[in-house]
Amino acid sequence: MDEALAAKVISEIAAVKRIPVESVTLDSTFEELAMDSLDAMNLLFALEEHLGISIPDEAANSIKDVRSTVAGVERILAEKSEAGS
Amino acid sequence: MAAGRRVVVTGTGVVCALGLNAVECWTALREGRSGIAPILATDVSELRFQSGAEVRGFRAENHFEGTRCDLIDRFAQFAVVAARQAVCEAGLDLRARDAAARGRMAVVTGTSMGGQTSLDRGFVAIYKEGRPRPHPFTIPLTMYNAGASQISMDLGITGPAFTVSTACASATHAIGQAYWMVRSGAVESALCGGSEAPFSPGILRAWEAMRVVSPEACHPFSRDRRGLTLGEGGAMLMLETLDGALARGARVLGEVVGFGMSADAGHVTQPSVEGPAAAMAMAMQDAGIEATQVEYINAHGTGTQANDATETRAIRQVFGSHADRLAVSSTKSMHGHALGAGGAIEAFATLMALREGVLPPTVNYTESDPECDLDVVPNVARQRQAGFALSNSFAFGGLNAVLAFKRWGKD
Repeated sequence: MDEALAAKVISEIAAVKRIPVESVTLDSTFEELAMDSLDAMNLLFALEEHLGISIPDEAANSIKDVRSTVAGVERILAEKSEAGS
Repeated sequence: MAAGRRVVVTGTGVVCALGLNAVECWTALREGRSGIAPILATDVSELRFQSGAEVRGFRAENHFEGTRCDLIDRFAQFAVVAARQAVCEAGLDLRARDAAARGRMAVVTGTSMGGQTSLDRGFVAIYKEGRPRPHPFTIPLTMYNAGASQISMDLGITGPAFTVSTACASATHAIGQAYWMVRSGAVESALCGGSEAPFSPGILRAWEAMRVVSPEACHPFSRDRRGLTLGEGGAMLMLETLDGALARGARVLGEVVGFGMSADAGHVTQPSVEGPAAAMAMAMQDAGIEATQVEYINAHGTGTQANDATETRAIRQVFGSHADRLAVSSTKSMHGHALGAGGAIEAFATLMALREGVLPPTVNYTESDPECDLDVVPNVARQRQAGFALSNSFAFGGLNAVLAFKRWGKD
């Protein structure tokens, strides 16, 4: 797992929820973080904006925790880089 | 007069250019102090007008916790804050009320433009900045019912809740609808009013293009008037049945006694005499009062050449010679034209005028106009204990709404 990307996702979650970054870990679930569907939507928007990616609706519906979000974003970034190479 | 239960106002909430609560706003109204000043929300240096009646010193973070700020457009923030104030003044602890009681309460809000400031921001992102999408909250921020929805969520009100959008008459239509619902027994109480926050670049440009905004101070009914001044804010009234209010020992601030509305069925922006006249006549008929009993009218009084002259003719048509004994003022000269919130701010002003025995003035009045030959309470408030008063709102699109109020304590 890309450590820098994980840190980026965690900081975006902290910003969206307006909570200290220390309170978010790779193992946190959205439920534990009190992330509702709107918060998740806001997170995806921030990630799309700041990473220059497009997250499909199906992927958006499947993420439920920090780890799967990082993995999903990693996959999209990899696909993007392959497509570009 | 329509039969039904008596309906009283037990709480008011106001946020506008004159202040952040009812006390501040009423103090400015009775002192004839205008809240119109250079617009700060956005760069207006290229516009043909630079003044507006903005709400100063309002910070969303002071009223909404954490991420909730992100989900509520400024127009809905004004609605919620005004609603909280109205409920507080009414001495109601809604959360402590049982579910059935909260289900017998309505929320009816008015807005002309809803959260178009948020939509404008989204369009800038797409069309100007070339981004692929606007913020995902754009839809819930923009929706016109956001005020009613946020109030219901904030206060736990589960009865009928909806929004009326009739341009500059929105709030008056909303209050009238709520009044009829309480009077008829459809609900026991209602929070009603309107809110607006139109100071975004795209909206201001659209108003500029209409050529109805004054390049200088707004002076309604003056011969040299040059247009309206845009305003923002929110105001809410807590309505309940007289019996209900008395049973719980609530303080009664005033009584709503009638509501009238009409459509010009004419021009989209040119007002008619007949439409507004019909709405005033219907409000008095609904209240079961004679024209001669009305002593004060809070006019629509936008400060445009067309409105003020036409409204004068409508008042003369309805009141005949009694028009010369009426006091008619436009408080828009102080709080600006707050569009869909205007009728609620003005209903508050009318209610307070009756309650305090002070008629708020038309400020910036410079020169009399034979086309507006009414007693417009020029520049300085007047001590006068009126018993009945009307509050007029006439919208683009020719939709007219008028509320009739009665001083509490009048026999």
